[in-house]
Amino acid sequence: MKLNFDRRQVLVLGAGCALTGLVGVDFASAQGKNDINEVIGKFTGGKAPTMGRVKLDVPEIAENGNTVPMTVSVESPMTAQNYVQEVLIVADGNPRSGVATFHFGPSTGIAEANTRIRLASTQNVTAIAKMNDGSFFSTTKEVKVTIGGCGG
Amino acid sequence: MAEAKPRIKLDKKEAKKGDIIEVKALVSHIMETGQRKDREGKVIPRKILNKFTCTVNGKEVFSADFEPAVSANPYIQFKFKAEESGPVVLTWIDDDGSKIVGEDSIKVS
Repeated sequence: MKLNFDRRQVLVLGAGCALTGLVGVDFASAQGKNDINEVIGKFTGGKAPTMGRVKLDVPEIAENGNTVPMTVSVESPMTAQNYVQEVLIVADGNPRSGVATFHFGPSTGIAEANTRIRLASTQNVTAIAKMNDGSFFSTTKEVKVTIGGCGG
Repeated sequence: MAEAKPRIKLDKKEAKKGDIIEVKALVSHIMETGQRKDREGKVIPRKILNKFTCTVNGKEVFSADFEPAVSANPYIQFKFKAEESGPVVLTWIDDDGSKIVGEDSIKVS
């Protein structure tokens, strides 16, 4: 949880938002820790995921937090006996941690998905994969955001 | 609300059984987070495409739940295994229950 805005940073970011989007954003909710632990706990049922098998492809530095390309893939044979069921994407620095959940099955062939996401500030993005045998794997990457996805 | 038609691209239109097909889709939608406020300080109500599904010949091959952290005009790319010929139907469901549907087809030999 790397969200320690001091007063000045908040002001600077707020000014940036006002300029780019003509609307303010509720920073009170973005400052504190968001609901990431609850969301992960709900997804895994309290189980601790193992690191590995999940590959998260995000830029190290995102110029525009409004659209950050993100690809997630999971190593799996994707057969009827052994496949990835779901992949949860969460971000610890957004007002709310949930980003997306992808549902796969044996007919997906390859457990891979790509979309574009919003990141309010520099933060960690985590992908957690749920296998059909009930095990969990995860990976985390930090994305540095130059302009936050706050103006919409 | 009338929305623009989604843009859908399959990397192959004809495939052998077992081939992996890549689907790219883009739909125009505001994806309003419900976090923003207008100039009067009123919260702009949330409007999100919260569910996406893809069926091939009526069988679901991939689906996704989107949160407000998915960018406006959501883009989605995924793969599926070619099993049988038929329509490839992509459906996005809005918070208000309305649907955006796009369709392509695949021929499997």
